[in-house]
Amino acid sequence: MNNIINEMSVNFLSKSCNESFARTVVAAFVSQMDPTIDEISDIKTAVSEAVTNSIVHAYKSGIGVIYISAKMYDNGKVIIKIRDKGCGIEDVEQAMQPLFTTGGSDRSGLGFAVMQSFMDKIKVSSKVGKGTSVTLERHIICRSRANGC
Amino acid sequence: MGVNISEDFEGVVAALEGDIDHHTARDMRELIDSYVSKVAPKMLKIDFGKIQFMDSSGIGLIMGRYKLMCSLKGELKVINIPKRIEKMVKLSGLTKLGIFNYCSKTT
Ligand SMILES: Nc1ncnc2c1ncn2[C@@H]1O[C@H](COP(=O)(O)OP(=O)(O)OP(=O)(O)O)[C@@H](O)[C@H]1O
Ligand SMILES: [Mg+2]
Repeated sequence: MNNIINEMSVNFLSKSCNESFARTVVAAFVSQMDPTIDEISDIKTAVSEAVTNSIVHAYKSGIGVIYISAKMYDNGKVIIKIRDKGCGIEDVEQAMQPLFTTGGSDRSGLGFAVMQSFMDKIKVSSKVGKGTSVTLERHIICRSRANGC
Repeated sequence: MGVNISEDFEGVVAALEGDIDHHTARDMRELIDSYVSKVAPKMLKIDFGKIQFMDSSGIGLIMGRYKLMCSLKGELKVINIPKRIEKMVKLSGLTKLGIFNYCSKTT
């Protein structure tokens, strides 16, 4: 079976200045697996989408806490979970449709589509009034012993 | 960091630098819009050559400026798209607008 070789977690306030902090800290963690520049860039983008959603949508009327945890496995897999205790999503399937947005003219409704195409797997679970959790999975191609091969 | 606005023979050029996310896009948008609304140019060029990272907020930024230029009966061009953000631009479906110019010759 696949064993966890490392894990981390970090919590921070839903302030937009933390968007860059969040993707950078996940990228720094995943760097231990010796990913390619493209892999890191894909992961940073997906994390940025999920964190921005928590800031813009989940906590739209205030500031809350965003929780990120990441685990790396000895088969080169990395799983990143981004969680909020915000407003939740009524219809997850609809929310995940490309171009669907409740965000107004500055949002393109592409966040979930980006997470879907930049990562191998995405799982979204949400409860109205309780919050949302997005789980992203990506396999890092084996290039050296750093990612467990 | 941010936006550097200048004018050339065609109109206004906004050269962006650094990362585009929801946080940084706000300032970029405000700076571009206030300048463009003042001079109402025939052409707005947004230069992405120095963009290191961009998420879907960058697509929102482009779409919004496209609409603004349409309302002014002008034209938008997005120039010097670096290889590292091509994937995002392609996924957006905006390529059919024909407003993009890439750094790499392969596309
Ligand atoms: N964490 C969340 N909490 C509450 N609602 C959410 C959350 N994440 C997404 N949503 C809802 O799902 C919709 C689609 O999200 P998605 O990221 O695909 O697009 P967007 O955020 O609206 O636009 P973009 O990401 O392109 O700026 C959002 O408009 C919002 O209604
Ligand atoms: Mg989004």
